[in-house]
Amino acid sequence: MTEFLQQLINGLSLGSVYALIALGYTMVYGILRFINFAHSDVFMVGAFAGFYLSRYFPRESFGGGLAVMLLAMLLCAALGIVIERLAYRPLRKGSNLAVLITAIGVSMLLENTGQLIFGADYKAFPTLFPVRTIVMPGGLDLSSNQLLVFGVTAALLIGLQFIVLKTKIGTAMRAVSFNHQAASLVGINNDRIISFTFGLGSALAAAGGILYSMLYPSIDPYMGVLPGLKAFVAAVLGGIGNIPGAALGGLLLGLIETFVNGSRFSTYTDAIAFALLILILIFRPAGLLGKFQAEKV
Amino acid sequence: MHRVKTIFAGRPKTLLLAALAGTFVLWLCSSQINPYYLDVLTKIGINVTLAVSLNLINGYTGQFSLGHAGFMAVGAYTAAAITLFGGPKILPAESSHFFGVATGGLFFGALIVGGLAAALAGLLVGAPSLRLKGDYLAIVTLGFGEIIRVIFRNIDSLGGALGLNGIPPYTNIFWVFGVAVVCTYVVVTMVHSTYGRGFIAVRDDEVAAEAMGLNTTRYKIVAFVVGAFFAGMAGGLYGHYALSIDPKGFDFMRSIEIVVMVILGGMGNTGGVIAAAVLLTLLPEWLRRFDQYRMIFYSLLLIGLMLARPQGLFTWKRKPVLQA
Amino acid sequence: MSAAAKPSLLQLEHCTIRFGGLTAVSDLSMELGAADLVGLIGPNGAGKTTVFNVITGVYRPSEGSIRYDGESIAGQQPYQITAHGIARTFQNIRLFPSLSVLDNVRVACHLRLNHGVRHSLWRGRAFFKEEKKIDGEVMNLLEIFHLGKFRDAPAKELSYGDQRRLEIVRALATQPRLLLLDEPAAGMNPTEKIELMKLIEFIEDKYKISILLVEHDMQVVMGICRRIIVLDYGIKIAEGTPEEVRANPKVIEAYLG
Repeated sequence: MTEFLQQLINGLSLGSVYALIALGYTMVYGILRFINFAHSDVFMVGAFAGFYLSRYFPRESFGGGLAVMLLAMLLCAALGIVIERLAYRPLRKGSNLAVLITAIGVSMLLENTGQLIFGADYKAFPTLFPVRTIVMPGGLDLSSNQLLVFGVTAALLIGLQFIVLKTKIGTAMRAVSFNHQAASLVGINNDRIISFTFGLGSALAAAGGILYSMLYPSIDPYMGVLPGLKAFVAAVLGGIGNIPGAALGGLLLGLIETFVNGSRFSTYTDAIAFALLILILIFRPAGLLGKFQAEKV
Repeated sequence: MHRVKTIFAGRPKTLLLAALAGTFVLWLCSSQINPYYLDVLTKIGINVTLAVSLNLINGYTGQFSLGHAGFMAVGAYTAAAITLFGGPKILPAESSHFFGVATGGLFFGALIVGGLAAALAGLLVGAPSLRLKGDYLAIVTLGFGEIIRVIFRNIDSLGGALGLNGIPPYTNIFWVFGVAVVCTYVVVTMVHSTYGRGFIAVRDDEVAAEAMGLNTTRYKIVAFVVGAFFAGMAGGLYGHYALSIDPKGFDFMRSIEIVVMVILGGMGNTGGVIAAAVLLTLLPEWLRRFDQYRMIFYSLLLIGLMLARPQGLFTWKRKPVLQA
Repeated sequence: MSAAAKPSLLQLEHCTIRFGGLTAVSDLSMELGAADLVGLIGPNGAGKTTVFNVITGVYRPSEGSIRYDGESIAGQQPYQITAHGIARTFQNIRLFPSLSVLDNVRVACHLRLNHGVRHSLWRGRAFFKEEKKIDGEVMNLLEIFHLGKFRDAPAKELSYGDQRRLEIVRALATQPRLLLLDEPAAGMNPTEKIELMKLIEFIEDKYKISILLVEHDMQVVMGICRRIIVLDYGIKIAEGTPEEVRANPKVIEAYLG
């Protein structure tokens, strides 16, 4: 039982990170019907930003850790906006395929430039926040990092829901995701809203990157590839374009993966996410909370 | 289409035989050729087969597949398994007169079986994926490619994560170019027929194609299966050239490298794709000093192509047939 | 409603088509005979194209039946329905842009094709004979409709009117017995519309096929249709000759109200 609960905790903390990344995918898809392949690499940049920024702030302190995270989020928000502006916006009118290929190109560019600048070797992520192990009843171990992961994810999720549901810009986001033309007709500046969405999603990815590195403190330029793909699966699982769905999908996938990893099928852990994706797309393409939209003939 | 029509005006089989004969002659002279050039030619031949076969799926039929390396892996492992494990049982002694012929026959058989295994994989991948469009299809094929890789990583009898070594060096210039020539012949003749126009129709507008009586699912599956078959043969050729294969060599990056060739050449332009495959095989050789920048170059190439010239480098804008 | 002595070609009975919570077409019954020229009209959003889509298999009816030549075709794939002999054009022209004019029509001959992958590869005498035969049939068709000189042009280079005509020719190449035309007059000037009307009558006469026409342009509809069915919000509100429909108060209200 303890084992089970321990796995549960581990699964939920991993799932929280997936949820944060998945949100970026789902928001961009919701607004542009486009899978931002490079999103996983913004996650990686976030982690590295945290790595390098941590030199300028006190280690093992709440204030320092928070500052690093916020700065990394801002940096990656800017990166996301720049990518959209330079690589995606010019192709918005063209075929969806062209943008997808460009996104793959951007992803490769980030990974390989990262390799060039940061070096291909694994780096040890510094301790941003003070680490304690909280021993819970029943012999469970909860690390303060995991607690932070839950806390930060929850805070960010609540913040996101607030922005999307209660602010003017959030309403504009939702309007654009329903109908581009109608949105611009009522005076919404689509370009700015799209930039904002990219910025928001990238900031969340950066947070995810730092939290992930707190849990698994070994970072390298290709660290985003697998978590990114898995987070994408999570977004589809929850219903792509659906924000609560992405969170739900992320948590579920984190749990599934952790339990598989602890079982005798652990060598297939990575393949599980893909198998899940294929199954979802065949049997329930709308995901758990989404709506499937048919093509108009 | 017009130019191809003139070339193929009734004589494609003759061309095929001539090309194969030329390949045979090339092989006979291969001992005269600088081994480094031979090496590069081999790489070119394998890449041409990969690119032309992917072009059938991505270019002509418009199914954006990102898992081609997975089919290559299936072919490579299957062919290697046959020659490594079956060879000692079937082949006569090395001193025997028939050794050369028997080895050739074994290799040919292994390549074919590898291709068929890959074709089966193509069917398994294609069938469920086909109702998906664009982005989703791309991700799912990528997923399948990764699943195939993980499966091979878990088969210990084929080397597992460490890979399979000691593959006999059966690949030579005849096999490589022979397969490339046959692959090109198959793809081009298939597409340039009334039946084959259907592939392009499916790519251009699936709904309209269905309305004109085309079974679009069948077309897509045929494209996947044929494309996968040749990718599998290319994989078998690669395995017996590199002499050792491992799952990491057939990852998503490998698939992307082939995709870049198809895009650079112009989707659905076989001649252009062949040119692109040659160029992108030679480029790393010429720029060997800058090898660390190779992937950065590829990524900038991809982005640049999409922004500036999405029709590829080798597709020339034909003058409008109708003047104003 | 016509009580034809011979069995009707197409029969919809109590068809209802729902998308989630939205009912696009409700309890529609209609019939087409073997040599009919029927118009399907109604205000925007009345469900006309939906009816086309359900006949051609793009959607399946939530309730009711669709029979062609007496046999149910509901739920069949579009390509199977085309094989039965129902062809269509689209509201927004859907030609194959990368193919030439000739190839666009060639593709539609697919149903009659004897050769497939194997023959394309082998290229024997039978292959070339069939290719030549199809080439001849297609050129013949193109010539009749004055598109022969464009045979090698990419379809997208044609003028709008020519493209519309090509789409109709392409549909004819499937050798249908029932032709569905979805707003063929859209975007045409008055001269082109008159030519279109003549074209449709010519087709009906020469190929002896039934035509079901969705159109907004009343001049075209009233000019050539022998019978008109009026839809409003997915419900059939009137059916009859052009004169009857023109005078029907429900129809007038639907358009003006």
